[in-house]
Amino acid sequence: MHSTYTNPVYDYAPSPDQRAAAPAHHPVVVVGAGPVGLSAGIDAALHGIDTVVLDDNNTVSVGSRAVCYAKRALEILDRLGCAQPMVDKGITWNVGRVFFRDHQVYAFDLLPEAGHHRPAFINLQQYYLEEYLVNRARELEPLDLRWKNRVTAVRPGPERVELEVETPDGPYTLTCDYLIVADGANSSVRGMLGLESRGRVFRDRFLIADVVMKADYPTERWFWFDPPFHRGQSTLLHRQADNVWRIDFQLGWDADPEEEKKPERVIPRVRAMLGEEREFELEWASVYTFQCRRMEHFRHGRVLFVGDAAHQVSPFGARGANSGIQDVDNLVWKLDLVLRGQAPEHLLDSYDSERVAAADENILNSTRSTDFITPKNEMSRVFRDATLTLAEDYPFARRLVNSGRLSVPAVLDGSPLNTPDRDDFTGAMVPGAPAADAPVTTTDGPGWLLAQLGGVFNGLYYTGPEGIPEADRALLAALAADPVPVHTRVIAAARPASALPAGVTALGDPEGLVARRYDARPGSFYLLRPDQHVCARWRRLDGKRVRDALDRALGKEKTP
Amino acid sequence: MSETNRLCIEPRLARPDDFYQALMDLHRDLDPGRSAQANAQLILLLANHVGDEAVLEEAIAIVRRNVAAGAEPAPSA
Repeated sequence: MHSTYTNPVYDYAPSPDQRAAAPAHHPVVVVGAGPVGLSAGIDAALHGIDTVVLDDNNTVSVGSRAVCYAKRALEILDRLGCAQPMVDKGITWNVGRVFFRDHQVYAFDLLPEAGHHRPAFINLQQYYLEEYLVNRARELEPLDLRWKNRVTAVRPGPERVELEVETPDGPYTLTCDYLIVADGANSSVRGMLGLESRGRVFRDRFLIADVVMKADYPTERWFWFDPPFHRGQSTLLHRQADNVWRIDFQLGWDADPEEEKKPERVIPRVRAMLGEEREFELEWASVYTFQCRRMEHFRHGRVLFVGDAAHQVSPFGARGANSGIQDVDNLVWKLDLVLRGQAPEHLLDSYDSERVAAADENILNSTRSTDFITPKNEMSRVFRDATLTLAEDYPFARRLVNSGRLSVPAVLDGSPLNTPDRDDFTGAMVPGAPAADAPVTTTDGPGWLLAQLGGVFNGLYYTGPEGIPEADRALLAALAADPVPVHTRVIAAARPASALPAGVTALGDPEGLVARRYDARPGSFYLLRPDQHVCARWRRLDGKRVRDALDRALGKEKTP
Repeated sequence: MSETNRLCIEPRLARPDDFYQALMDLHRDLDPGRSAQANAQLILLLANHVGDEAVLEEAIAIVRRNVAAGAEPAPSA
């Protein structure tokens, strides 16, 4: 097969831990160096935590696998310091087309709202994403990435977790305070602990073919139901980097997965779709089935499951890797504060409750998409075809067509860490919502709001041309000096020039989009978590209320 | 017979026999597959026109119970 990409080989390097007389101890160990495990390692290292990432292999993803990365995941990867090469290499797309049989039923535009740093989606082969994550991980001193290190036993205890690790030089033992399990859908650690991920298996099979072609197709997502070149099934065409095009063919449950991925079977299918005259080369093919399932709990004492190890969805909607990266974003700041003794250990239970709720939302959406794409019985096919028939001329039916409800970030609106509103606000920035981006001006010139936030608790303090009252200035300084600091961004239409206390910086809101998106007026104050989710907001700054809300967000107050 | 809150179950059609005939005419020359397709499109069009999920859920609940019970219409007098 043709190849546009050569997998890097990362050398196994023996660690001094392997020769230690007593098992070496690290606060955090991550199992699995896929997109989610690498993100976890990087995030922990950025918090200054001595972290080890173990992976049983020595390269990145073989095959393109997860290819759609959503805006929220890119914003998190920005916080981790590695989104830019991904966006540069990836393909940005906004238009999708849906075809039924031999004609287009409708087109949609994700119509990105202006004034955000990152696009709604990029398409990028998973191997590039992982390679850029590895590059970032290698820059971080507290992070030790160990290839060809396979975990063979896990012994969770009340004080620490003990691991047996197999290497080319033989086995060794490690201990950690917390184990992050990111070893994928068939998680071997989950199996070792006798835990299960339960849900539905869809009785269908899909063929993925990556083909390389110089095509003049636009950069769009094309989805066919029952096309003439693949009767009775669905097909998806999506562009990736390097002129690689992803084609998904629905095959049905009776297809033989070993036969169907042979080039002599794949190439005629692709040719039937692209036409005899189109030149292409097959790069990679794989056959897979879908599952929608999750573990009952993602936290098991000192063992925390993230990504596909914790929950699995069908790929329509791009809710797999994107939700795994959000798991990491949610978990790591909590682990950091618990390890520092600044938050009680049960703060970690909120990782479980918040991300279980997010997983359920993703499973619900991807199950519905799969039910539309793969009708379960004759009558569901009748309704699907009726919907597609009507959609061409009757706009209401387009809203019923479901070829994937694309990933949007979870709003953690039921979280015990939120402080309910007592003042009147409108708009989307409710407690639990991920903070919206907006253009700002900084001391270095134009920038983006989200780039000024995260990693620590942040305040957003909106002010008018008259500036900050002296009492508020003193309070912002005190909040920035608290044991768990709140670093406030003071925002005004024109960036305030006056000197601000340590931990407090000024931003301008040149287009008024911060004011609009946050329904902010002079005096409005938002408290944001280190993962950039809103935890509380008020019309006036009040030190006691901010500190109470901070305590709640730290899990110090169990019930609202 | 079930309690309903939002779904109107009192007669509303001025010419019920005309509607019923139109429905029969729609299906007269259709094979079962096309009839099923016609019914599905009709349900989708009308559901959107109703535009109220609570009403639709009540209608679905009535049909689910009737079908589960194998309910037959009572013989007319």
